[in-house]
Amino acid sequence: MQKYSIFNLIKNAFSGHQNWDLAWKDPTPKKEYDVVIIGGGGHGLATAYYLAKEHNITNVAIIEKGWIGGGNVGRNTTIIRSNYMHDDNALFSEFGMDLWRNMSQDLNYNVMFSPRGIINLAHSDAQMNVYARRGNSMRLNGIDAILLNREQVKEIIPMADFSDNVRFPIFGGLMQPSAGTARHDAVAWGYARQADSMGVDIIQNCEVTGFDVVGGKVNGVRTSRGDIKVKKIGLCVAGSTNILAEKLNMTLPVETHLLQACVSEPVKPILDRVVTFGAGHFYISQSDKGEMVMGGDLDGYNSYAQRGNLPTLQHVLTEGIAMMPFLSKLKMLRTWGGIMDMSMDGSPIIDKTHIEGLYLNCGWCYGGFKATPASGWTFAHTIAQDRVHKLNAGYSLNRFNTGQLLDEKGLGTKTWIS
Amino acid sequence: MLYIKCPHCGMRSQNEFSYGGDATVKRPELNSEVSDHDWDNFVYNRKSLRGKHWELWQHISGCRQWIKVERDTATHEIFNTLKAHEEISK
Repeated sequence: MQKYSIFNLIKNAFSGHQNWDLAWKDPTPKKEYDVVIIGGGGHGLATAYYLAKEHNITNVAIIEKGWIGGGNVGRNTTIIRSNYMHDDNALFSEFGMDLWRNMSQDLNYNVMFSPRGIINLAHSDAQMNVYARRGNSMRLNGIDAILLNREQVKEIIPMADFSDNVRFPIFGGLMQPSAGTARHDAVAWGYARQADSMGVDIIQNCEVTGFDVVGGKVNGVRTSRGDIKVKKIGLCVAGSTNILAEKLNMTLPVETHLLQACVSEPVKPILDRVVTFGAGHFYISQSDKGEMVMGGDLDGYNSYAQRGNLPTLQHVLTEGIAMMPFLSKLKMLRTWGGIMDMSMDGSPIIDKTHIEGLYLNCGWCYGGFKATPASGWTFAHTIAQDRVHKLNAGYSLNRFNTGQLLDEKGLGTKTWIS
Repeated sequence: MLYIKCPHCGMRSQNEFSYGGDATVKRPELNSEVSDHDWDNFVYNRKSLRGKHWELWQHISGCRQWIKVERDTATHEIFNTLKAHEEISK
């Protein structure tokens, strides 16, 4: 594989950048693989990469119905953080933060990881207490957290509404300085390029039409481009999880919902952090292009549409304007939607299933993008070793049955409860 | 914007409603032996169909009644609405 470097950039400049290698091939599916990963999104591509890199399993295919990186890895608001209170979430996410910090070097691909810090705003004394508790839990798990008072927040984000006459005054906030953003498409492409170079087949425009399960064991997968014999399948399909589960006669603690995001017209640099509104569900950062990247609540009803309705967008942006009034002057550039695999307790599932050789990775709710490397790493481990790693032990499928819920925020499918 | 025909009030905008999830889920019978598996299915597990989906909505800013709505989860088209007590015809 051609290394991306300043020297290669200069060298290729002489030939007008016409002779770069393709970043990944377009292979025809083979008849048999050791592992098939269904879903060529961030998590699927990362899983294939870590299967090859950490476990030397390279006879792997990624099967993607559309094109790689066309789903939620290309539709999120690029926030990366590990500001969780529960140990299972905190340790998993912080492991991921270490992978994020080294990702550009590891993948030889600039993912533009920008640890600019995230601030969760608090709007009452009670919320400050909750944040203090969460911050302490984070620090006990080795994650950086700083509790900011109103004046400290004002120093960092003076453009927020600090006037006296607001419905939700800013009391302070919890900041994780090491959190940040990354270029989401580059994450997908970087993993794809490295996985491909190690021998993984990335098969696009190939839909899974069924499974060959014999005597409770995976025997193969049927696709629109032919049948493939395989003993281990990793399901990494986010918003399509329920559709494929139905083909496997499984009913999962997951509902498929629609989440919208939007960007404003590009403006000069004003916001150099990620900020979330504490009195509702709204988050914002500014992209390198200058656009304000914003998102918030689910549309609230089951949907596979990948496009949303205006009432939710209006609701979300109302919160945004309450937090940062200058946003009302901006024109909206684009809005879009993605379909989320909303688990019932708001935490993901990375586990084995009752079918031997079938591994499940789903339930990412609002937080799939930041989990990409840790999810890929632990899912690869689970598939390769046929047992869960201690980092994803809390993300078990049977926790709903046993009552060991991981209800970090209690935000599952029923958003109106919170 | 969705427009939902409330069986009590007529056609209203989605802003007046709140969503209540899959309408076909049945609570296990009272006074019967209920296995963990049945509870699990009732509380957590959902088919989340792509296509026609019967679901509960509450006309929260209107008559406040719960209603059943048959909606396509891929196109958002609404085919049918029923009062809460009316059975879904198969």
